[in-house]
Amino acid sequence: MSNKIALIDYGLGNLFSVARALTFAKADWFFATKPDQLKKADKLVLPGVGAFADGIAGLKAKKLDKAIKSEVDKGKPILGICLGMQLMVTTGYEFGTHAGLDLIPGIVEKMSSRAKLPQIGWNEVKLVKSEIPLFKGIADNDWFYFVHSYVVRPKDKTMVAATTNYGDDVFCSVVEYNRIWGTQFHPEKSGPTGLKIYANFVNQV
Amino acid sequence: MLTVRIIPKLEVKNENLIKGIHLEGLRIVGKPEAAALKYAADGADELIYIDLVASLYQRNNWLNIVKRTAEQIYIPLTVGGGIKSVADARLFLRTGADKVAINTAIIKKPELVTEIARKFGSQAMVASLEVQKKFDGSYEIYTDSGRTPTGVDPIPWAKEVERLGAGEILLTFIHQDGTYQGYDLNLLAKIASAAKIPVIASGGAGSIADLIAAVTIDKADALAIASLLHFNKLNISEIKQGLKKAKIPVRL
Repeated sequence: MSNKIALIDYGLGNLFSVARALTFAKADWFFATKPDQLKKADKLVLPGVGAFADGIAGLKAKKLDKAIKSEVDKGKPILGICLGMQLMVTTGYEFGTHAGLDLIPGIVEKMSSRAKLPQIGWNEVKLVKSEIPLFKGIADNDWFYFVHSYVVRPKDKTMVAATTNYGDDVFCSVVEYNRIWGTQFHPEKSGPTGLKIYANFVNQV
Repeated sequence: MLTVRIIPKLEVKNENLIKGIHLEGLRIVGKPEAAALKYAADGADELIYIDLVASLYQRNNWLNIVKRTAEQIYIPLTVGGGIKSVADARLFLRTGADKVAINTAIIKKPELVTEIARKFGSQAMVASLEVQKKFDGSYEIYTDSGRTPTGVDPIPWAKEVERLGAGEILLTFIHQDGTYQGYDLNLLAKIASAAKIPVIASGGAGSIADLIAAVTIDKADALAIASLLHFNKLNISEIKQGLKKAKIPVRL
């Protein structure tokens, strides 16, 4: 069965480490910079580092926004990482109000935590759903590497697959909605545990 | 709960891992790549690579070390030494670094902090503050690997780099570096309360007690460690177990 993964390159952030993690997971992957390329893929990976507005602008400039939505509507699995997870929601409130891809009903807002922002470092991921395919073989409360000030607040609590505590904020660190997954942390920077997330996206979904 | 990061700091000169005292008297310890892989396997939370020579002549060798290391580890890698421009930053980030640490160039041109943060995100821009304690007890930023005094007071400078867009501060105590006498807790507390971004303490760690002191009561967010690890006084597991016993959250 074909299992081609499109790593979406919209000119933002460093794809080096995500690409390497996919290779490590023995994925059959390619860089996608044009809308048509997404049609050839069986699954999509949407990485991202930086600000919400820049991310959406980057996707729109390459006409990837509508292409992603149309492929996901067909039922293709997608994995959004960090900003990639955030871009998938309805509305982002980082430096103004911006429309997101609207794959997941919800918003992106600044963490309410009194702790320092950005949150930088390794934090625990508490699984609140059972049998998350992305977490096969990964223990509850394992550590992952986070770098962010903003978080996703899904509209429907059933979309929250895992949570993480930072200061006094308990936020959604993994979102799961139909065949859409997002991680607020960077699995490609989270050592052997993080690499399992990619392997699971390749083999379990 | 967010853990305190243990970050081995590897200083490199002419393809060798070296370690000095007060950033001087450099002694060859081994090869950077081998040490980096070992620390990553032992449970390091991130790595910092600093090129002490930072000459254009040596740059290709240095880039190769960064590239080969980045290809083999899956934790964040910060690279510093001789980065003077957005183009330099891009070169290292493309080669596999996740963040760049800059001291000398941002003292000369503070707007470089903003340019790099805008281009690659604040998370990629680590402001490196290398500080020397003066005889009167005040503090001054030094550049060029501890050779050049600048007259810059590190406390307002820490606030300024935050305002300019730095994502983190790497705070090196030159006067403590390589001495095993502990971090400068006085300055650490001042910088950590002046800046709202995470602070990595660097220079002087000689025992687990020094590490515990640096993170207790909201001071350092992360600990850079060199001599203790390079000279096998302690390994990462022993360090983390020691912090855990003191109820400091660590990733084990």
